[in-house]
Amino acid sequence: MDALLEPLSLGFFVRALVASTMVGAVCAIVGTYVVLKGIAFIGDAISHAAFPGIVAAYMLSIPFYLGAGLAAVGTALAIGFVTRHARIRQDTAIGVLFAGSFALGVFMFSTIQGYVADLYGFLFGNVLAISFDDLVALAVLSTIVLLVVVVLWKELLYATFDPLGAGASGFRTDWLEYVFLALVALTIVISLQAVGIILVVAMLVTPAAAAQLLTVRFGRMMGLAVMIGAGSAVAGLYLSFWLDAASGATIVLVETLVFLVVLALGPRTGLLARRRRGRNAATTDVVTTGR
Amino acid sequence: MSSTSPEHNVAFDPHAHPHDHASDRHLPEVSAGLDAGHARAHSDAWLSDVAVGYEGRPVLAKVTLAIEPGTLLAVVGPNGAGKSTLLKLLAGLLRPWTGRIEVLGHPPGQQARRVAYVPQAELVDWAFPVTVGDVVMMGRYPKLGPIRRPGADDRRAVKEALAKVGMTDHAATQIGRLSGGQRRRVFLARALVGEPDVYLLDEPVTGIDATTQEDLMDILESEARRGRTVVATTHDLACAAQRFQSVLAVNGTVIAHGPSSLVLDQDVLAATYGGHLLVLGGGAVVLDDAHHHDEPAPGERHFHDGSGEGG
Repeated sequence: MDALLEPLSLGFFVRALVASTMVGAVCAIVGTYVVLKGIAFIGDAISHAAFPGIVAAYMLSIPFYLGAGLAAVGTALAIGFVTRHARIRQDTAIGVLFAGSFALGVFMFSTIQGYVADLYGFLFGNVLAISFDDLVALAVLSTIVLLVVVVLWKELLYATFDPLGAGASGFRTDWLEYVFLALVALTIVISLQAVGIILVVAMLVTPAAAAQLLTVRFGRMMGLAVMIGAGSAVAGLYLSFWLDAASGATIVLVETLVFLVVLALGPRTGLLARRRRGRNAATTDVVTTGR
Repeated sequence: MSSTSPEHNVAFDPHAHPHDHASDRHLPEVSAGLDAGHARAHSDAWLSDVAVGYEGRPVLAKVTLAIEPGTLLAVVGPNGAGKSTLLKLLAGLLRPWTGRIEVLGHPPGQQARRVAYVPQAELVDWAFPVTVGDVVMMGRYPKLGPIRRPGADDRRAVKEALAKVGMTDHAATQIGRLSGGQRRRVFLARALVGEPDVYLLDEPVTGIDATTQEDLMDILESEARRGRTVVATTHDLACAAQRFQSVLAVNGTVIAHGPSSLVLDQDVLAATYGGHLLVLGGGAVVLDDAHHHDEPAPGERHFHDGSGEGG
């Protein structure tokens, strides 16, 4: 018990705990759509594209969130535009954009006199260093993301499941796609200080992927993803504190572990379930194929 | 069956098709273009000299067409002929390169709440975490407006639609666990629940058992009888001949349009299907694999999980 309560007397730990729980939850919500749309690689591209923004913000002494936000949202909308209008394959366009913008960030970083900044912190985040002001910014951005998801619940669900059907019934799917990409970008910006550029895609994808193995309802999938994301954040942060390990990496490792456990033991895909199904092979066959 | 146009002649333009094998034969009279203003004013869907394609590649050209209210229309043609593209134009999902389109008297998409569109089964992610009831409820979303959640009326409408297609017992089933026929039933229920005036159905009876096909056609027939317009693409010429009142044969453009008995004629089919048609002692056989579908449009994801085939 003391081991759990003792760190709570440390201001920086409490701030980090609140921040990573929020990040875990928001990432899980947006990640539910990312997983179902099958666009994890877009998340990865947007997060790498935020790097030059972060470096620029550092060089110009403007707020971190502003630089990262402009770069990430700009890239997200550019991806949306390229996908709709350019005559090159989407994955090609993203590959070019992703590596190019990351290279720009590294280039800009290398010109900083004497490498005063901590590259490691940029790439992998350091949630223990989060300030109170950062926390407020994080809370505001999280609220914006949540509000958009609540207001556009039906629209996002329909457009994610059946973009053609949603478009034909009058929903502006083009516009929704841009809103969604902006949401992904905003979520990534929120997460950068906790887990950094390289690992943020795991925060988006892993909890939602685990949740999808556990349920066949959209709302429940999102709820479970939030529980896994927030729970892993808390558990990971404590573990990193006790083990004196990198916080972002530990949180992602806990999420990965949860995913693997669910994959092994889950009711639909798990090894146990499969063995049980094996016993009822004949009846299961009828159910799944309907013949 | 509601009445169609007073003159029951077929619109047929063999010269519009690039692979024209039938121009020397005696083909039905051309009626397109006659009384165009009247056709436009009295149709649920109207296209005038429309051309469209993907990424610079034309798919349909010179499409002129009027579909009257209460029509049960089958769109037939080989793979890649532009059947799905035509539906997407009417649904407002694609903008025509040239020409004009009106659906329910307005540009496509403006009357979206009065139009139900059902995509091909291949375009649906069957692993998506939604139940049968969830999918049908989506048919009510456009009527709900922003932010509002479904209420008791909507749940009752979903229940009725599920009963109509015989899926009441499956309301809580995840869609991936359904057979191919059940999947088509669910998507028809989603269309029904929105009480549309125009149905645009992409391959509603492909890859399903005979009972389901009969059931779904009975429902569509009764909707057409109530004055609704049903436009459905199909590979099944027997179904088009037996169950649809009129047929539109397309292959890059309109080959023929009229009552099914006249359009489903050997010469028209030869012009529509070209080399894919085998004629055996008076009967035409289409050598066209019904389980293949048109090339995906750019940006479309296709889903094949196998378990839904047949059923």
